Amino acid sequence: MRAVITVIGKDTVGILAKVSAICAEYNANIIDVTQTVMQDLFAMIMLAQIDKMKTDFTAFSQEMEALGKEQNLSIRVMHEDLFQSMHKI
Amino acid sequence: MINVNDILETIRMIQDENLDIRTITMGISLLDCIDADIDKACAKVYEKITRCAKDLVKVGEDIEREYGIPIINKRISVTPIAIVSAACNQSPVPFAKTLDKAAEAVGVNLIGGYSALVQKGFSAGDEALIRSIPEALACTTRVCSSVNIGSTKTGINLDACKLMGQVVREAAERTVDQKCFGAAKLVVFCNAPEDNPFMAGAFHGVGEPDCIINVGVSGPGVVRAAVAKYPDASISEIADVIKKTAFKITRMGQLVGTVASERLGVPFGIVDLSLAPTPAVGDSVAHILEEIGLEKCGTHGTTATLAMLNDAVKKGGVMASSRIGGLSGAFIPVSEDAGMIDAAKSGSLCIEKLEAMTAVCSVGLDMICVPGDTPADTIAAIIADEAAIGMVNFKTTAVRVIPAIGCDVGDELSFGGLFGSGPVMKLNSFSSSKFINRGGQIPAPLQSLKN
Repeated sequence: MRAVITVIGKDTVGILAKVSAICAEYNANIIDVTQTVMQDLFAMIMLAQIDKMKTDFTAFSQEMEALGKEQNLSIRVMHEDLFQSMHKI
Repeated sequence: MINVNDILETIRMIQDENLDIRTITMGISLLDCIDADIDKACAKVYEKITRCAKDLVKVGEDIEREYGIPIINKRISVTPIAIVSAACNQSPVPFAKTLDKAAEAVGVNLIGGYSALVQKGFSAGDEALIRSIPEALACTTRVCSSVNIGSTKTGINLDACKLMGQVVREAAERTVDQKCFGAAKLVVFCNAPEDNPFMAGAFHGVGEPDCIINVGVSGPGVVRAAVAKYPDASISEIADVIKKTAFKITRMGQLVGTVASERLGVPFGIVDLSLAPTPAVGDSVAHILEEIGLEKCGTHGTTATLAMLNDAVKKGGVMASSRIGGLSGAFIPVSEDAGMIDAAKSGSLCIEKLEAMTAVCSVGLDMICVPGDTPADTIAAIIADEAAIGMVNFKTTAVRVIPAIGCDVGDELSFGGLFGSGPVMKLNSFSSSKFINRGGQIPAPLQSLKN
C-alpha cells in the first residue's frame, strides 16, 4: 500500500527533513517527492511505500499530524487509492 | 506519480468545501427473525443486528482515518417491521425498542425500518404498525419510521394518506418536549426505493440480499465552489462543470463502499448520488442555485436551475459508479440547509414553490415545520399532493413535515446538529377534509398519452 503525504503551510526551514525523519523512523520508504511554492504557501507531496512499516497506519498518521500542529502546518497522510479513483477514469 | 493539482484539489474539497461521505448504511434482512412469539422474534432481531453490524462503526472509522475522508454517519436499515411483526398479532412497539437497543449496542446513531408498505392496501400487521408509530418514535431515540402510501403502478392509497395525516400529528404531539422531533423521524413515501441509505426513510427491501452495504455521498459545498469559478459561463457549461464534480464525488463514494464491503465481508449494494446539505455554512444546495444566478432560492427560475442541477449530478455520478440506486438527486430539506432556512425566513421560499421543486429533484417536502394547529386532514392532503407528483412522474417523492405544536407562522423550531432549525411555514388554510375523508384508492395513472 502506498500513502500520499501532503504538507501545506508557510514555508520554513527543514520541513522536508522533519517529515522524512518520521518516515525513516517508522520504515516508510519514500518513493517520490514533489514540491511547489504557491505565493508564500508551501505545498509538498510525498509518495511513500508503507507496507513494511513498523507501526500501523493510524499511529503513523497521528505522528505526522502532531508534527503538523507543532510546526503550524497541515500534514495529512491519505491512502493513494483515493486520488487514483477520484481523478482517473 | 499522481498530479499535484489533483491532490491539492481533493484536499481542498475535504478541508474547505465540506466534502464527505454522508453515510455508510448496512441493510439487514430480518425475514429469518419472524416468529409468532414476539419475545422470541425480538431476541432474534437483536442477535442478527448485533452480529451483522458489530464491526460497522469500527470499519467506518478505519476507512475515515486511512483515506482521510470524513464519514459522518454509520447507520442500519432493516426489513419493514410490519412484515416481521405481522405474525405476532399484537402491538409491534417492542420491535422498536429492540431496534433502538441494538442500534445503541453497535454504536450507530439511527436505524431505519419501522416501516410499512401499504400502497395498495393494508395487510396483516400494517395498520397496527402504522398506528403504533407515534408511540414507537416517542419511546425510542434512534429508530426511524417510513410508510409507502403510493406508487406509479398502484396509485395512491387515500385511506393510508388520511391515517398518516393523523400519525404525523400525533408523532409531533407525543414529542412536544423534544421540539416535536418524533415527526422528524417519520417519512411518508410514494415510490419508496428499497435500497435508500439516507434516514429517516431508509428500509431494507424484501428483494434485497440478506446483508448489504449502501453508501450515500454528499458535497453541495464542492459543487458550489466549482460553479463559483465560472461566473460568466453559459448554463450548458455550468451543467458540464457540475457533471465533472459529481463524477469525482461519486468515485469517492464508490471507493469507500468497495473497501467497506470487502472489510465487512458483505456485498456492496449501491452508491446514492445525492447532494445532501447540512446546516453548516458552505454545505447548502440553495447556495448552489444562488451561485448559478438566483438572488434568493425560491424565486422564479428556481425549478429550472434545480432541474438542471439534479440532472447533471446524476449524469456525472452514473459514469463514476456501476451501482447507482437509492434516492440519487439533490435534497432540499428546509431545516437542514442554511440557504433554504434563509430563503424561507425572507419569504422568498414558500411551500407551493417547494412542492414545484420536488417535481424535478429528490426527494420531496422534507423537514418543513408547519403551524401547530394544522389539522390532520390538511397534512394528509399535503401527503396526497406530494404522492401525486411522484406517482405521475414515476419518481420517489416523500413528505416529512413537522407540526410545530404550540407554534405558529414566524416561530422557529431548532433541532440542533445535522437536523438544523426551521421556520414554521405558512400553509393554505382552506379545508381538504371532504376529499381526504372520501377514502379509497386514487387509480394508477396512464403511462401513455403523456402531456
